[in-house]
Amino acid sequence: MIEIALLIGFFCFAIALILNLYRLAKGPSIADRVLALDTMVINGIAILILYGMYEGTAVYFEASLLFAMVGFLSTVAYCKFILRGDIIE
Amino acid sequence: MDFLIEAIIAFLIIAAGFFGIVGSFGLAKLPDLMTRLHGPTKATTLGIGGVLIASMLYFIGERGEFSWHELLITLFLFLTAPITANFIAKSFLHRRMSAEERERLPAPGGEHGWATFDAPPVDPEDEAPALAAVRRRKP
Repeated sequence: MIEIALLIGFFCFAIALILNLYRLAKGPSIADRVLALDTMVINGIAILILYGMYEGTAVYFEASLLFAMVGFLSTVAYCKFILRGDIIE
Repeated sequence: MDFLIEAIIAFLIIAAGFFGIVGSFGLAKLPDLMTRLHGPTKATTLGIGGVLIASMLYFIGERGEFSWHELLITLFLFLTAPITANFIAKSFLHRRMSAEERERLPAPGGEHGWATFDAPPVDPEDEAPALAAVRRRKP
């Protein structure tokens, strides 16, 4: 039962990633693209954790934690750059 | 593994997938950025929370041990999602608003304007010395 649920979860998050990619390619403003990238990171973390459950290993938790941190930092850096024209003042 | 736990895990994964897809569909479909922000910040955060709870239950059921990683990831994501949303909205306001659009913004309710456009008045006594020097150098 869990295997089928995992496959459905993979499918849902894969479609979510494609929708994010659409917004990333189309997005009229820079803020739209930053938001799309941020959402892509979150969906990627979800897929990583589902894959860890699928394989039955706990190795992917460290990867997803690092992913979360790098995604947050890059989003904040992008926005800071848009706001101030500089990242570290 | 117990059938009940398996059913709960499967339900959580499917619900999380649904919320994830709703959030990203909102991101792709809604008309402008301020409404688009709602999808990822609420629905997708809920979706990843569901996935993490399902993973936590799965590893409790599979190995009989509690793992802290999921709690850490959940805590981190739930703490950072509002911050990123605030930053993105701020940069959007900063880039796109013309002067007359700024006039139409609702009043912030405090003594001074929105922090994105209006630096709050500073009390010289609790200002850092370096910052005060920079401020004095400006005309």
